[in-house]
Amino acid sequence: MASIRALGVLSRMNSRRPCLFTGHAVRNFASSAAVLARTHVNYEVKEDVAVIRINDPNSKVNTLSAQMESELTQVMNEIWANDAVKSAVLISTKPSCFIAGADINMIQACKSAEEVTKLSQEGQMMFDRIEKSPKPIVAAINGSCLGGGLEFAIACQYRVATKSKKTVLGTPEVMLGLLPGAGGTQRLPKLVGLPSALDMMLTGRNIRADKAKKMGLVHQLVDPLGPGLKSPEERTIEYLEEVAIGFAKGILSKKIPLTKEKSLMQKVQDYVMGIEFVRKQIYNTVNKRVMKQTKGLYPAPLKIIESVQTGIEQGPEAGYLFESQNFGKLAMTSESNALIGLYHGQVACKKNHFGTPQKEVKTLAILGAGLMGAGIAQVTIDKGIRTVLKDTTEEGLNRGQQQIYKGLDDKTKKKSITSFERDNTLSNLIAQLDYQNFDKVDMVIEAVFEDLHIKHQVLKEVEAVVAPDCIFATNTSALPIKDIAAASKRPDKVIGMHYFSPVDKMQLLEIITTDKTSKDTTASAVAVGLKQGKVIIVVGDGPGFYTTRCLAPMLAEAVRVLQEGVDPKKLDSLTTGFGFPVGTATLADEVGIDVAAHVAEDLGKAFGTRFGGGNVEMLKAMVEKGFKGRKSGVGCYLYKEGTKNKEVNPGFQEILGSFKMTPSAAVSSDADVQYRLVSRFVNEAVLCLQEGILSSPVEGDVGAVFGLGFPPCLGGPFRFVDTFGADKLVQKMKRYEEVYGNHFTPCQLLLDHAKDSSKKFHK
Amino acid sequence: QVTNYVMVSAKKFARENLFSLLLVQTKSKKTLAKPGVKNIVLVEGVRTPFLLSGTIYNDFMAHDLARAALLGLLNKTSLPKDAVDYIVYGTVIQEVKTSNVAREAALGAGISEKIPAHTVTMACISANQAITTAVGLIAAGQCDVVVAGGVETMSDMPIRHSRKMRKTMLTLNKAKTLSQRLTLLSKIRLGYLTPELPALTEFSTNETMGHSADRLTAAFGVSRREQDEFAFRSHSLAKKAQDAGLLSDVLSVNVPGKGIVSKDNGIRPSSMEQLEKLKPVFIKPHGTITPASSSFLTDGASAVLLMSEEKALAMGYKPKAYLRDFVFVSQDPKDQLLLGPSYATPEVLEKSGITLDDIDVFEFHEGQILANLKAMDSDWFAQTCMGRKSKVGVLPIEKLNLWGGSLSLGHPFGATGARLVTAAVNRLKKEGGQYALVAACAAGGQVVFDL
Repeated sequence: MASIRALGVLSRMNSRRPCLFTGHAVRNFASSAAVLARTHVNYEVKEDVAVIRINDPNSKVNTLSAQMESELTQVMNEIWANDAVKSAVLISTKPSCFIAGADINMIQACKSAEEVTKLSQEGQMMFDRIEKSPKPIVAAINGSCLGGGLEFAIACQYRVATKSKKTVLGTPEVMLGLLPGAGGTQRLPKLVGLPSALDMMLTGRNIRADKAKKMGLVHQLVDPLGPGLKSPEERTIEYLEEVAIGFAKGILSKKIPLTKEKSLMQKVQDYVMGIEFVRKQIYNTVNKRVMKQTKGLYPAPLKIIESVQTGIEQGPEAGYLFESQNFGKLAMTSESNALIGLYHGQVACKKNHFGTPQKEVKTLAILGAGLMGAGIAQVTIDKGIRTVLKDTTEEGLNRGQQQIYKGLDDKTKKKSITSFERDNTLSNLIAQLDYQNFDKVDMVIEAVFEDLHIKHQVLKEVEAVVAPDCIFATNTSALPIKDIAAASKRPDKVIGMHYFSPVDKMQLLEIITTDKTSKDTTASAVAVGLKQGKVIIVVGDGPGFYTTRCLAPMLAEAVRVLQEGVDPKKLDSLTTGFGFPVGTATLADEVGIDVAAHVAEDLGKAFGTRFGGGNVEMLKAMVEKGFKGRKSGVGCYLYKEGTKNKEVNPGFQEILGSFKMTPSAAVSSDADVQYRLVSRFVNEAVLCLQEGILSSPVEGDVGAVFGLGFPPCLGGPFRFVDTFGADKLVQKMKRYEEVYGNHFTPCQLLLDHAKDSSKKFHK
Repeated sequence: QVTNYVMVSAKKFARENLFSLLLVQTKSKKTLAKPGVKNIVLVEGVRTPFLLSGTIYNDFMAHDLARAALLGLLNKTSLPKDAVDYIVYGTVIQEVKTSNVAREAALGAGISEKIPAHTVTMACISANQAITTAVGLIAAGQCDVVVAGGVETMSDMPIRHSRKMRKTMLTLNKAKTLSQRLTLLSKIRLGYLTPELPALTEFSTNETMGHSADRLTAAFGVSRREQDEFAFRSHSLAKKAQDAGLLSDVLSVNVPGKGIVSKDNGIRPSSMEQLEKLKPVFIKPHGTITPASSSFLTDGASAVLLMSEEKALAMGYKPKAYLRDFVFVSQDPKDQLLLGPSYATPEVLEKSGITLDDIDVFEFHEGQILANLKAMDSDWFAQTCMGRKSKVGVLPIEKLNLWGGSLSLGHPFGATGARLVTAAVNRLKKEGGQYALVAACAAGGQVVFDL
């Protein structure tokens, strides 16, 4: 049946689609003289085909801005009025973007749901006219065709797309807490069928051109061209235009049919979908699945299903109306606001604010071939950087190499790369046990065991063999960088690069600078991280930096909650119910109980009783028994190969029994447990900003969501304070403080915001 | 017939390599001899008729064809069988039973078993590679008399069991007891029986050759009309040459049970109207390459006799041409797969110190030749892709492939290289020219001079 997939907002806020919406300011079309000189859209008539070329001169991508829409309308009117024109081709002159979506600022500038609904209706009307065009329009797609861009394309009579890797089609609105509001929820099901349409709109995933052809989303594919008499990009677009013109003429002369003969499978599917009962089952199943995945915290997916359902069951008029009204409503939700904020934050954290490094890193060495080291190597070699992976034992080195091979081979099996590309990528990896050729290395990232003595030893070894300008980055989750740098002869070249496991999946990279780290060193580390495809926050040095420091008090609270008798499964469902993608008990297992114990002890020493809560001894007792979390197969839960259902570890429950604490009824309701966990996290985040560890709330939000899984629907700790209200949060914390003491003392900055409700972290 | 053409997509064999060779007519005043380097001469070149696959050579194996070419060469030159020092053959799709096809052919031709032979492979320029290997052996003083050639049959090809099936069969060999064997046999699934055809795509890019060619023509803006015209030209010229008896390198081959063949059978001059009607074969419906503008699957073999000049003269031969300079170059297999001649030509000219204008005879492999002509005439391409200051120049089409080419004569992958060289040499003789240039994609550049 329908392959409806999860709405995993977090993992899908992927950097590969940054041009989804752009942030450039709303047009400067104050002067209506723009009517005469069109800047975004122009057209040329070739024989009897009008070639409409779109290009936003102020941006790398085309968006459906007010200016673009008005010029398009003018052009279309001229074409419809021109008797010499029999058909049209719509094409972008940008090398890697057709239309990347609607202009998000245009939506954000609206003050009410009604205003947004009006925007939606204007879009619907424009595309309705396109759909009913008496002259066939061929959309020639090269590059991203997303959101409003796709809605535009599917209103056209025919679609031709290049088979380029840059050509992706999709409806990512859901990732911004919206629905496709310009007819998408109505046209898409008709075009690709109910199951595929729901899948596309609920996951927001990008669809490559070849898949789009199979689904029936586009009619024809055109191969991208190599260098000829012009640059490949230029000639490919030209060729796409030539081919599209051919199709436009072919449609007119009836040589090219607009509808493809349906395959037997499609006929069967159409028949099945024609049965009301079946459709109802689908809506129900999808609804249930969405509820399970989102815990009802995200309104957009439900509205998408409802909008599709309304169109199919009650007719297009009702469908379009529902779509536009709910587009308006969704745009006003805090969830959408949070997701859009994260999107902007992500874009901001994908830039190097420290300038171009003096020397590009061409060879990178990684010390330690463990899970982390190998993961870093994997995301480095496929960017064409020569990567030396060094370990001390052959066994460890082999394990690391196997992990990298498997990571790439999985991609091969999914056909996202070819086996040739896999082998070619692997040729950038050099595995070794010694420091041979380290004099040619531009940067070293160490990922050895978290022990200050070992880190010092490694640092000294490295400095003895590398060139003087080689950068030494340390991948630690809690040890202060300045303590590590204390052993260095050149502390200006020492920096922290805190990756998150699994490195190939987690997008965040936390870069930590000490007051001695040079700006060029930082620029270089950021440049490497960006190449690796990371979203980067740069934070100040201190115990636990930003991310670990926020997580530690929440974990301490979680341990206390467990000690107070809450079942690990219950704890997990309370946290996921709040919007965390992974429950806290499971998270502890993923991080590793030994790591958690280590960090809790270290940070406990650094920050004192404020970081108390649960008993660290309990974690230590677990480690002693070998309950180290997922990696050892047993932690809070028992992990067995092949099964997803995990049982609570009875040994752990025994340990819990001996560390039992009495809960205080006043602060132990489900909601209170949730807020106890979250408020400690949030308070610590705000404190990091207060202390200057963080340089902006945006980085704080991005770091918490992309590194620690803070609920994306809340937009991060800072946006959460803005939306929830600092005063309300402080009230809650005061109540908990009465019971547990300074663990819940709100920091000064939070108190300031509570006192003055006009103070907001995000404007 | 159409199936025959469509299978040209099996032509994955032109890879990213490119070749060009400069030949000098032996009577030239300016022989471009280099001090300290031996003069290497071509004494004679022959080939079997090139036939459409699945026709008269249907029952031949590759070594049968190679043997025919070898014997034909020995007979034509009256070369004593013991005078040959070495034999090199090129081939692309290897018959697994005769993987060293040069050796099997030599033994069958009655050449002493003491004469070594080896087989080389380099896609469509495998025979060129065989020739330059021979040049190397002579230049290094290892040998004085070498036969080089190439062979291909597409009437038969090694179709294998699937990997899973092969694995099961190989494990079956090791199974000792009946029950072990039965267990293994019981694991065979229907899907295991699907055969594996020789790869239809470039291994590294997963793209079929025809597809790549169509993209290339589009990149260079070669129109359907230009391609049809060129195909028409190729067939017409080949027909003319055949009728005039100019294809003197073609041997008569006796095919057991079928009689004597002495003519190529793929030459079919038609009309432009007929060509216009053909549908694109690789990229549908908007591609530009049709069966007419791509080579058909061909069976055939070729051979040339190469010697050091002293040896040839000592044995009383009148050498036809000096083999002067050659170049192999490599390109990106995705976007520049078939651009060999463009890259190799200027390099070989520079090495020899002559210009495009000095060349009297051009013999180019007709794989995407039009794109190559456009590439050589483009400053943008020269500057951006070849790292040259300006374009190579306009190639005089009136000197190009005047006796037909791969589109009309056919293209047995492994054998084409030697056909090009022999044709160039024979044209030099006939036309009285001085320099000939041979170029092919899949890789390299050779220049030939006439003596």
